[in-house]
Formats: sequence, structure tokens, C-alpha cells
Amino acid sequence: MTAAQPSVVQNSGQVLPAGHEPANLGDILERVLDRGIVIAGDIRVSLLDIELLTLKLRLVIASVDTARQIGIDWWEHDPWLSSRARFPVEPGPRDPQEVDAERRPRVAGRARRDVELEEWDG
Amino acid sequence: MAEVPVGAWLHAVVRDADPATLAAIRGMDGGPVRAVSAAGLVAVVSSASLDEYGEEPLRRNLEDLAWLERAARAHHAVVEALARRGPVVPARLATVHSDDERVAQSLDARRDELVHTLDRLTGRGEWGVKAYLAPGEVTVGTGTTGAGGVGTAYLRRRRAQLTAREERQQVASAAADAVHVALCEVAVAGRRHAPQDRRLSGASAPMVLNGAYLVDVATLPSFTDMVGSLNGRHPGLHLELTGPWPAYSFVVEGPEPALTGREPG
Repeated sequence: MTAAQPSVVQNSGQVLPAGHEPANLGDILERVLDRGIVIAGDIRVSLLDIELLTLKLRLVIASVDTARQIGIDWWEHDPWLSSRARFPVEPGPRDPQEVDAERRPRVAGRARRDVELEEWDG
Repeated sequence: MAEVPVGAWLHAVVRDADPATLAAIRGMDGGPVRAVSAAGLVAVVSSASLDEYGEEPLRRNLEDLAWLERAARAHHAVVEALARRGPVVPARLATVHSDDERVAQSLDARRDELVHTLDRLTGRGEWGVKAYLAPGEVTVGTGTTGAGGVGTAYLRRRRAQLTAREERQQVASAAADAVHVALCEVAVAGRRHAPQDRRLSGASAPMVLNGAYLVDVATLPSFTDMVGSLNGRHPGLHLELTGPWPAYSFVVEGPEPALTGREPG
């Protein structure tokens, strides 16, 4: 047939032709949150809207070790995130601590720089 | 201390589950899963202590992304393990009943629908096909025709770049439509989901198709061949095939008429 083959990702983590990561978190969350049969349980919660979740997920995905391996370092470039030493979407209590811990050194550095700049400006 | 009541977190419904299979599966928090049988069906559940999975704690926990990730992976792992054994109707995340009796009542109440769905899924698997805009430079001639100076030339070039990008995206989106229609012809059913945000997909290129296809085991080779040949036929796209997935996208008999095989060609 054709020479060009798509990359095939097996959910078992096995890969058909070329190397790739196993089923990624985004794919899993999309399925378990958005699809699947809705049976009214006794406990009623509203699941996060998948779009809102996408925003928040940027943080989770950063916590997955594969993020580094596949070179996701968006938080370095995202003006929203990098312009303040705070998480953008944090209505409630906590974001994942791993992410927190990972970012802390950088964030602290950045916060320091910001303070320095402010001092220069003012 | 009062004993904390324990509820049942529903993973999935199957026709039957052999005890050895269930014994090998880890559920929520690494605990065992068990079968709740009723109406000739089996619901596979994890025990869910209501101080973590009750209404109030659950609402809080779902906002905690590390918790959500753990829960999603644990739930999916159970569904997937069951799907390797036969047809399965996965429950949406966080379907919690106060006890097994209530789970049995749900099975009773929805028996016909569940049986029908299990029948429809037998011998079939869900495959995901995503199409990304193939990497390619937007090349625009740098003709700096005299009049107007550097600023104008820059603006003109910039506008041409934007136009070229828009055109590339339009071409890609038409190609994505064509890919979906072609795959629907080989599959039993197809659904188009919203393309994932780039930061969710982890891909550097924008996603233009996020399709799910229910494929007969017997026609799987034709399906994967089709994906391969579509990948060659549309050089502006890069296709990625994932699966087999439990049939998350096909447990509700889809209305969604706008998305399936809407145009002849």
C-alpha cells in the first residue's frame, strides 16, 4: 500500500511500529470524564467541564514524568503562568503538590527577579 | 469513633466476570474489585469509603488534579482489564452508589439498555484516530517591492503569512472531514470529538481531528490499512492511531447525527 504509516500507540504501552508513550493522561481523562455511560449514582457530583479541565490539566500533565521526557515545558513559555508566581486557575484549595514542588525553585527565582525589577522600576 | 460507611464505586457493567479475572484486577486505591450481580448482568465495583468518595469529599477531591489523575488511571485500568475479556460498558468517572443493593437496582432498572449495548459492542473495539496539522513552514515570498519602506513591507509579509496559514488550516480541516468520512465507511460507527487542546494532547502541532471509531475485530486490518493510506493521501495531515480502547465513545447509542457520515463525498 502506501509507504507512510501512522504511528500506532497501543494502550497496553506496547508500540507497534515506532516508539511512543503509552496511552496518555489527556486521552484517558477525556474518555472517563466525557464519555462512558451515565448511571445516576447516589452520590451526585458534577464533573469538571472538560474545557476548564484542559486549563487545569496543563498543571497535572506537567507532573507526569513523561512530560519532561517528551519535552513539555510550556509553563516556561506561557506568559500567563510565567508572568506571575501563581497558578492561573486556583479557585479552591490545592493544585498537585508534585507540580508545586517541581516549579517551586523556578518560581521562587522568578519571583525574586520580579521583585528586583520592581525595585528598579520604582 | 463511628464507622465510616462504605459505598460502591462503579467501574463497568459486563455480562459475566470470572472470579479469577476479578481477583487479578486492582481497583480504586489499589484495593480489590468485586462483582455485584443482578438481572443477569455483573457490575464491577470498588469499595469506596464515603469519607473520601462521599458527596462532599468527592467534590473537593475532583478539584484536586493529582487525586483526579490517580482516580482516572485506576478506573480506566479496571475498565481496560475487563475489556480484554469481552464487551464492557464503562461507567463515567465518579459513579458512586451508597451500597451494593443500590448498584443492583440500577442494573435492574437499565437491564434492557445495558444488554443491548453489550450485544452491540461484542467483537468490536474502539480505535482513536487523531489528525494533526503536518509540520510545514509557511513560506511566503519576501518580495520587497519598492514603495512603502520597511514597515509596510513587514506588514505585507505578515499578512501574507497569516493568509497562508489560514489557507493551510482550511485545507487541513477539509482533509480531516474526508478522513473521518472514509474511516466511518470501514468502521461500524464513528464519532468526532472536540480536538484536544495542544497542551492536553502534548503535541506540538494543532489537532484537526479527534475521532473515535467502533471497529469489528474482523475488519481491523482494513481499518488500519485505511488509516495508513489516508495518511499517505493527505500530506498536510499527520494521523495517529490509538487503541484498542474500551468502547467509551459508543456506550450511548449516538444521536450526534451532525458528526457521522454527514456528507456523501
